[in-house]
Amino acid sequence: MNWEVLLPLIGFLILMFLAGIFTARQVTEGPGFLKDYFLGGRHLGGFVLALTMVATYGSASSFIGGPGIAYNLGLGWVLLSMAQLVTGYFTLAVLGKKFAIVARKIDAVTLIDFLKARYENKWVVIFAAASISIFLFSSTAAQWVGGGRLIESFTGVSYPTALIIFSFSVLVYVVAGGFRAVVITDTLMGIVMFIGTLIILAGTIVAGGGVPHIISTLSAENPNLITPFGADKSLTPLYVSSFWLLVGVGVVGLPQITVRAMSYRNSKAMHQAMIIGTFVVGFIMLGMHLTGVFARVVIPGIEVGDKVMPLLALKVLPGWLAGIVLAAPLAAVMSTVNSILLIVSSSIVKDVYINYIKPDASEKSVKRLSFSVTTIIGVLVFLVALHPPDLLIWLNLFSFGGLEAAFIWPVVLGLYWKKGNAAGAAGSIVGGVVSYILLDQLAPNLWGMHTVVLPVVISLAAYIVLSLLFQKNTENELSRQNIM
Amino acid sequence: MDPRFKVSNREALMGIGLAVLNFLWWYAFAYGLGGKPVKEYQYIWGLPAWFFYSCVAGFVVFSILVYVMVKVFFKDVPFEEDTCQETKGEEK
Repeated sequence: MNWEVLLPLIGFLILMFLAGIFTARQVTEGPGFLKDYFLGGRHLGGFVLALTMVATYGSASSFIGGPGIAYNLGLGWVLLSMAQLVTGYFTLAVLGKKFAIVARKIDAVTLIDFLKARYENKWVVIFAAASISIFLFSSTAAQWVGGGRLIESFTGVSYPTALIIFSFSVLVYVVAGGFRAVVITDTLMGIVMFIGTLIILAGTIVAGGGVPHIISTLSAENPNLITPFGADKSLTPLYVSSFWLLVGVGVVGLPQITVRAMSYRNSKAMHQAMIIGTFVVGFIMLGMHLTGVFARVVIPGIEVGDKVMPLLALKVLPGWLAGIVLAAPLAAVMSTVNSILLIVSSSIVKDVYINYIKPDASEKSVKRLSFSVTTIIGVLVFLVALHPPDLLIWLNLFSFGGLEAAFIWPVVLGLYWKKGNAAGAAGSIVGGVVSYILLDQLAPNLWGMHTVVLPVVISLAAYIVLSLLFQKNTENELSRQNIM
Repeated sequence: MDPRFKVSNREALMGIGLAVLNFLWWYAFAYGLGGKPVKEYQYIWGLPAWFFYSCVAGFVVFSILVYVMVKVFFKDVPFEEDTCQETKGEEK
């Protein structure tokens, strides 16, 4: 065990813990528990909004998995990762003010609240809640495994112990503090991620003897490492471009991101968040993946991609600084799982229980239920993560694509296309999810594109065709009340 | 229609437009310059030119374009007419 590395890490965990406890007190005292617990009461300012979006989006794969692949494939993978630059501005610009205004008018707290008010259909709500639970659960499990592995590799404790430490630190502040605590810790984690990226990139360039030297060493080893096509020429332009849908513009359909697009204070906050978010997400993605490529010169011959970043940090940085840098992926994982945990429990408590089982539940019982559902899901994920399927990135990307195929069109067209209706939305969710699962199993990366592309097209076709076929009662509650 | 939605619709289209531009910039430099044989590569700051323009310059240019788009074209609109007081109450 390396105490010099460990102390900054422990300090970081304690800081998160305190932030959670502190905000928890505010939440339990204030009125409007549901809106506060699941949405932070629509208070987010620009800086906080930007960082919480980046932190939620950036996960273990941005800090560990992604740079590990870049280490093996070269600059082509950095090019692919830069498709993520658009996430900084696209979601907020497209959902934009309209989503924020409509969410306020109908008092929506979750993505499903919006779908329910827009489509007025039980099946849309049930399909949506089911997809959110299934996909986000598997994504949380993947992230949870990542978190446990990170702590395991830093501290040397056994994996189950590491997992307990991780679960405990996440659950305490998510259960107690809800969205507001998650947002505060997300912001701190976003800052840690940014600083960590800066430090390790600089340290690696220095250790590698400067950029020109690093590039010429790479080129001498294998010229393909410095082309856009990848070390083994596997990265075709079409394949790489299709990631613009998966990790770029498609992010607009992820519930954990859309919920943030209804949580900001005013339009100034949204404007500021777009500027800050684009810069921060671009910097982290470029910096971390480039570091992964440069690492090939500094520490050659590493077989397991996931080990590149931890080993690199220990090699090029003094111990205490490595501790701070290694807190970054932990921060990324924690800030992703905490938001997801909250989304899953909100879709169970708010969207299913209050909507359909007990609409007149008292504030007190809702509060108790929210705490216990969040805890139970956390414990379930812990149990799954204890004996994980060995497919971290796959599970994670799988949930990305599945949610995108389900929600992009019901959200975006629901917002901007008057003729869209419940038949279209239900067909779009089911068609997207089913075709995604089938294609993923039977014909992954069909026609050289990432598997997500076709299901998104199918889901669009289903939305338009079914909406047009069932045009009888488009005059829904929202247009009658002149809300949309 | 709520007049604020007109603002919102226009801004959504601008967001899509910027994303399209971003993609074209990224694609054109990466595969235009990077498709050549490695021996013909030029280097800027030690990085291959295709990578410098597509990823490094692309990051800087589009960060600036987002700033310009937001500051020049995006309009401030009020979000709440009726829930203002409730929000203030929660602040305490």
